[in-house]
Amino acid sequence: MIDFGGWDMPVAYGGIVAEHRAVRTGVGLFDVSHMGEIEIRGPQSVDLIDSLCSNRAASLRDGQAQYSGLLNPRGGFVDDLLVHRIATDHFFLCVNASNQKQDFAWLRDNNSFDAEVTFASGNYDQLAIQGPQALGVASRLTRLDLAGMRYYWFAHGEFAGVAALVARTGYTGEDGFEIYMPPTESERVWRAILEEGANESIRPCGLGARNTLRLEAAMSLYGHEIDARTTPYEAGLGWIVKLRKRAFCGREVLARQKAEGVRRKIAGFEMRQRGIARDGYRVFVGGIDAGHVTSASPAPYLGKNIGLCMLPAEYARSGQAIEIEIRGRRVVAEIVPIPFYKRTRP
Amino acid sequence: MEYPVEFRYTEEHEWVKIEQYTATVGITHHAQDQLGDVVFVELPAIGAKLQAGSPFGAVESVKAVSDIYAPISGDVTAVNEDLLDAPEKINDDPHGEGWLVRMTVFDGAEIQGLMDAQKYAEYVAAETVG
Repeated sequence: MIDFGGWDMPVAYGGIVAEHRAVRTGVGLFDVSHMGEIEIRGPQSVDLIDSLCSNRAASLRDGQAQYSGLLNPRGGFVDDLLVHRIATDHFFLCVNASNQKQDFAWLRDNNSFDAEVTFASGNYDQLAIQGPQALGVASRLTRLDLAGMRYYWFAHGEFAGVAALVARTGYTGEDGFEIYMPPTESERVWRAILEEGANESIRPCGLGARNTLRLEAAMSLYGHEIDARTTPYEAGLGWIVKLRKRAFCGREVLARQKAEGVRRKIAGFEMRQRGIARDGYRVFVGGIDAGHVTSASPAPYLGKNIGLCMLPAEYARSGQAIEIEIRGRRVVAEIVPIPFYKRTRP
Repeated sequence: MEYPVEFRYTEEHEWVKIEQYTATVGITHHAQDQLGDVVFVELPAIGAKLQAGSPFGAVESVKAVSDIYAPISGDVTAVNEDLLDAPEKINDDPHGEGWLVRMTVFDGAEIQGLMDAQKYAEYVAAETVG
């Protein structure tokens, strides 16, 4: 067990590699109840969100979710989050555990709209069922039409006998569902999913596999690829920036970066010599200290040693040779396209 | 878990087995259990001079890298090259086929400072509870 934002959480239940492979080839279950929830209600909810977030919440329909960035005036991330539109006057935000208090304060303190911001983390636990067989297992536990639910859409309904919000989202690079429910019910739902998934050899998965899965899919982790000084463009998340929507916090910096190009950028790499890069290691280009590793690990499914790094934009190109300093030794790696892993969609 | 009584143990979870003037060194069952699936091992060259308490290599799992410290001082006489292709031997048999290096023994007094099996088991139990 490790302390993670004040939560005691297992790194693994039965080994990171086995859990990781279960999610790529079968199905895995994650307890992600540490994630924070914030609710926004009122006629101008969407205006509050769109004044502080980079993506366009106004494009959402009822029952649709989007990935977005809650930004500071420098265009850096206060947090990254999922914005769910329950109704035009009711939005549900899923945020990082470690940032939830500052997220809530940022939304509340910049709220000049007819909208009410509620810190709701205490009302929800979250379980994530992920993998190519997640749909089959989850469908047997609810009358909701999960097969007909599109990626990044959600619905309210009974799941394993419990009133829940079920979203077709995830942080693994696989198909799957994230299920929000009252904390009093989550243990029961957890057991019900494990029991129902026994035929598919479902595995409970810990933080370790969650990290290696998201890294193979090159999804950002706050405090690693993104933070208060990193903009969405630098993080390779330009697709969540909508410059043409209403004015929003950080827009000027982003508009300038868009016009001039970024100076530094997240890039993916693969080790070309024996050695495993780790978070924080230095990256050298042509003998010069050029940047740092933001996340790196062996990739259990791909069978390679991979990572993400922050580099001057001119080096963040596929094929670029780099060196990573591992315990005083420089080991050769190469910039490669990301994501490292992409599932084949049916 | 039984820790072999003929071994001696360090606070950094290495074991050392002394036979004549040669010591075999590995990491303990507890250490491999904490690390999880071992995927990579970095070992010194034969002839390397190790200093008691100094790092001489690393064992890496998917989740973390862990330095290995020399339990005693001496020169490396053999390294377990099987681990380069099969690092999982450290998980499967940490006190046997998962050995890391063999080294000469210079100073018998250094061995006296290490824990015996019973003390090490108590040390692990205390650390796990804490």
